Amino acid sequence: MAATESYPNDLKYHKEHDWARIEGDEAVLGVTWFAQDALGELVHYEPPSEGGTIERDAAYGEVESVKAVSDVIAPLSGEVLAVNQKVVDEPETVNADPYGDGWLIRIRMSDPEEADSLLDVEAYKQVVAES
Amino acid sequence: MAQTLQRTPVHDRHAALGARLVPFAGWEMPVQYDGVIPEVRAVRSDCGVFDVSHMGELEVEGPRAVDLLQATLSNDLSRLEPGDAQYTLLTNERGGIVDDLIVYKLDEFRFLLIVNASNRNADFAWLKERELPGSDVRDVSDEYALLAVQGPRAIERLGLPPAKPFTFAEGEIDGVQCMVNRTGYTGEDGCELLAMADDGAELWDRVIARGAVPCGLGARDTLRLEVCFPLHGNDITPDTDPISAGLAWCCALDKEFTGVNKLREVKARGPERRLVPFVMEEKAVPRQGMAVVGGGEVTSGTHSPMLDRGIGLAYVPTAMAGAGTEISVDVRGRSRGGRVVKRPIYKREESS
Repeated sequence: MAATESYPNDLKYHKEHDWARIEGDEAVLGVTWFAQDALGELVHYEPPSEGGTIERDAAYGEVESVKAVSDVIAPLSGEVLAVNQKVVDEPETVNADPYGDGWLIRIRMSDPEEADSLLDVEAYKQVVAES
Repeated sequence: MAQTLQRTPVHDRHAALGARLVPFAGWEMPVQYDGVIPEVRAVRSDCGVFDVSHMGELEVEGPRAVDLLQATLSNDLSRLEPGDAQYTLLTNERGGIVDDLIVYKLDEFRFLLIVNASNRNADFAWLKERELPGSDVRDVSDEYALLAVQGPRAIERLGLPPAKPFTFAEGEIDGVQCMVNRTGYTGEDGCELLAMADDGAELWDRVIARGAVPCGLGARDTLRLEVCFPLHGNDITPDTDPISAGLAWCCALDKEFTGVNKLREVKARGPERRLVPFVMEEKAVPRQGMAVVGGGEVTSGTHSPMLDRGIGLAYVPTAMAGAGTEISVDVRGRSRGGRVVKRPIYKREESS
């Protein structure tokens, strides 16, 4: 079942349709409702290695739908603390719950100030409206 | 890009049902409604309907219609009776495949060819150039709507009498007249309904009212790949021959048709590469254009909802073509394991 369109207020957004939930010096990352809707039903998630590092604005993984594959862009830099194994096993979790069970990775931010330059929900909705 | 897309007679129904519409072969077509996966499951378990009105219809008529078609199509039409249909290939001088199509014998002097949307113009031009005195070729595509109703319960839901595969008859669905063709592109039982264009939307409504699930081109492509039906433009092209593609069964090499000598040569010496079905053993979705390690290429690939793994068709060297052979597909720089399998990739388990 696909989720209905939503963009939670408590998240930060990246224009490449990624979200970040900041929790102290850690952050949980995922893709937005818009991204999963554009891709369609996800069938494969290629995650980064736990313990590896990701860099803001660079691809850190891939999500693939029945139709297409897409890079997942890191909204923040940091060290990968955890990969969501549920999404590896059941990629459709992202379609059902993109901001909850469908999270992709948890990181420890290497530069927490990067979070200040992410989009707030209103700015991101503007990006969606123009997409 | 100010290209005007053509719309089928059923177009407003797709829009009303919330279909995702995409450009395909010059047409604006529904790629999905609820999603590819539920649509595939509906066709495998019950009944789905696809608007395939974008496909082309060519009519070949006249006392020498059969001679023109025997000389240009790979399969032998001579055994067909009126009411019979046949899968066949339009071949070029090099033995390449101009198109794959189904020919319907309407009567002794009249044949209908249902062809791929993207090849409609090429096929028409090809046949028109080779017309004989006494064989008239016409493109009648705009006169018709075509709906494919497919699935184990399709015939029952439509209230149609039983009939053999690759036959057709005049019929009607709740008052809408149509030609009922026992053909399809999903590997399931079912039919394709050819109606006058003006009746297309009404026929769609009748079929939906009888419980068929609306399905898009996304599900159609997945369904055909699960049962290893080739897609022209991907798996077979004017530069690939039917022997290598595993389509020798629809090439009557004992008759004369365009390119037959080339095909006899390929058959005699054995093809250097073959189109084979494969399944991924590792988590990965193969896609068209990916390399198979050792000198092969994926021509179609997707995720199979029925098997829940990546599947595809690839040309591989003959030495690698045997069922059971392990292969590696280059998935964006990562080598992922798969295995050549027998056709079809998906087959319903025989159960009670």
